[in-house]
Amino acid sequence: MTRYISSTINHCILLIGLLIMIVPVWIIFASSTHSSLFINTNGLQFFLGDNFIENYSRVLFKKSGFFNEITALKMFFNSFIMATGIATLSVITSLMAAYGLVYFKIKYATILFWLIFMTLLVPLELRIMPSYIVMSKLNLVNTFAGLILPISASAIATFFFRQFYKSIPDELLEAAKLDGTSSWRFFIDFLVPLSKTMIAAVFIFMFVFGYNQYLWPLIMTTSEQYWTVVMGLKTMYGSISDRFAFVIMSMIPPVVIIVFLQKLFIQGIFQNK
Amino acid sequence: MSFLELQNITKIYPNGTKAVNETSLNIDNGEFVVFVGPSGCGKSTLLRMIAGLEDITGGEISLDGNIINNIDPSERDVAMVFQNYALYPHMSVFNNMSYGLKNRGISKEEINNKVNDVAKLLEIDQLLTRKPSMLSGGQRQRVAMGRAIVRNPKIFLFDEPLSNLDAKLRNQMRLEIKKLQRQMGVTSIFVTHDQTEAMTLGDRIVVINNGVVEQVGTPKEIYSKPNTKFVAEFIGSPQMNLFQCKIENGLAKISDMQINLNNSLNIQDACIGVRPDDILISDQGEYSSSANLVEYLGSDMIIYSSVGGQEFSCKLSSKINLKAGDNFKFDISPSVLHIFDNTSGQRA
Repeated sequence: MTRYISSTINHCILLIGLLIMIVPVWIIFASSTHSSLFINTNGLQFFLGDNFIENYSRVLFKKSGFFNEITALKMFFNSFIMATGIATLSVITSLMAAYGLVYFKIKYATILFWLIFMTLLVPLELRIMPSYIVMSKLNLVNTFAGLILPISASAIATFFFRQFYKSIPDELLEAAKLDGTSSWRFFIDFLVPLSKTMIAAVFIFMFVFGYNQYLWPLIMTTSEQYWTVVMGLKTMYGSISDRFAFVIMSMIPPVVIIVFLQKLFIQGIFQNK
Repeated sequence: MSFLELQNITKIYPNGTKAVNETSLNIDNGEFVVFVGPSGCGKSTLLRMIAGLEDITGGEISLDGNIINNIDPSERDVAMVFQNYALYPHMSVFNNMSYGLKNRGISKEEINNKVNDVAKLLEIDQLLTRKPSMLSGGQRQRVAMGRAIVRNPKIFLFDEPLSNLDAKLRNQMRLEIKKLQRQMGVTSIFVTHDQTEAMTLGDRIVVINNGVVEQVGTPKEIYSKPNTKFVAEFIGSPQMNLFQCKIENGLAKISDMQINLNNSLNIQDACIGVRPDDILISDQGEYSSSANLVEYLGSDMIIYSSVGGQEFSCKLSSKINLKAGDNFKFDISPSVLHIFDNTSGQRA
């Protein structure tokens, strides 16, 4: 009996937590399917309206921004390129950096690693001026490369990969050496497939990080052609239901990436066990 | 010239530890040699130097007439079976076995044939598509062996490959390794700290202690004529009995027990070794003692006793009726004694 009560209480608490997370999102979604006029007169809505297709297609394809040069669709494209670029490059650079630090006889490898790790103390906001100057001297303002490159090395990801490599038994490398593998092949044939789960985790983490960037794209882009979704959230001057529709759509890409990669992530865990 | 020659091999680690000291050894083609010694004696280091996984501080290793000191492990044409098998966890059994062949640029068809042949030989042909995580300990062991065999190397190196198996499987794999080695005739070096494994597997045994080779010989030589006190104690189970004594004119005095050695030896500080099964218990025995403890082992039993404060054990048939606390009489024939000089540790 007491077990029954405690489990009911537990479930109630979980349910409340769930509601706190979901209800605001649901209200935004429900409201986004009404016309602006209706929301302005009747307030936020809890039930669905019938303007879903109309509102969402208008937001996606309508030209907006200060100069009416960009559509929401293009912003999604920009954000996707930027987030994918940052996630992919971070995975590659940190995989390789960790490989170098763990498997090669580098003098002061530990000190080097902590130097890399210390960059965590210097957030992008702090080095935004020098980063901008470097990028502009390289003529990378208003390019995807300019958006991606300065955020494409991750100390925390390097740390994760380094710890993981350190847990791989030395015998694996030795057996591979006797089997005639080169250092490059060892990386491709062993470390990359073995780190699959870690790669998925780092990719998710860095994708969301890249997708959420606001200040850096704001500074790096003067042309509306390179606006990202997060910038759009601030500057979409539409009606209230349009803004709600845009907010809902802006949540979709990270959610899709997480759901998609989580599957791979779990698969990987079971394979490597 | 021997197939594998080690000349004055020395290994000193950067922190100054001397793991292997001036070791020289010749191994013939097709021979099965076992390195045996206690943990940390340098036997694995020596093996790893032959494999090329450890730098050589001093000396020369030559294989099949070529000095291989500075040759890359992959080009030495040696294959190694590791203690924890070191299978590639993300590859199927087939890929585990074929990886080395692929790197050597062998054609797909030939790889297929070779892997299938070896898999059949080791009875793992049903497992080729599985991942190592789906195999039992014994099966992993076989895959690790298969990976070594499939490459058809000049030398097999085994680094305590049986220590992760349970006792029954260990005996079975031991026999199989021996059989396979005979069948294929490939020179093999097997490292172990288990003297039973060493005795049963090796054509020749190399007993190593503190980075120094104590004795090299056939199992029979090592057992019946140990060169040093260390070898005498290390080889044989139960351990050889060692009595501290003084030898004067061929007469060994162990407290009130006196053994006539039938020679004219004079050693101040000596040590006499007798194997537990060389002590003969009989009613007509010259010496007597009482059994402190009796261990029953089925067909045999081991009696623990002491003489003049020095403990010893004897192994005898369990048909003899003897209980703890009983007195018994025994004989030691001078011909079965091993006499060592305590100051040098060498056989006298």
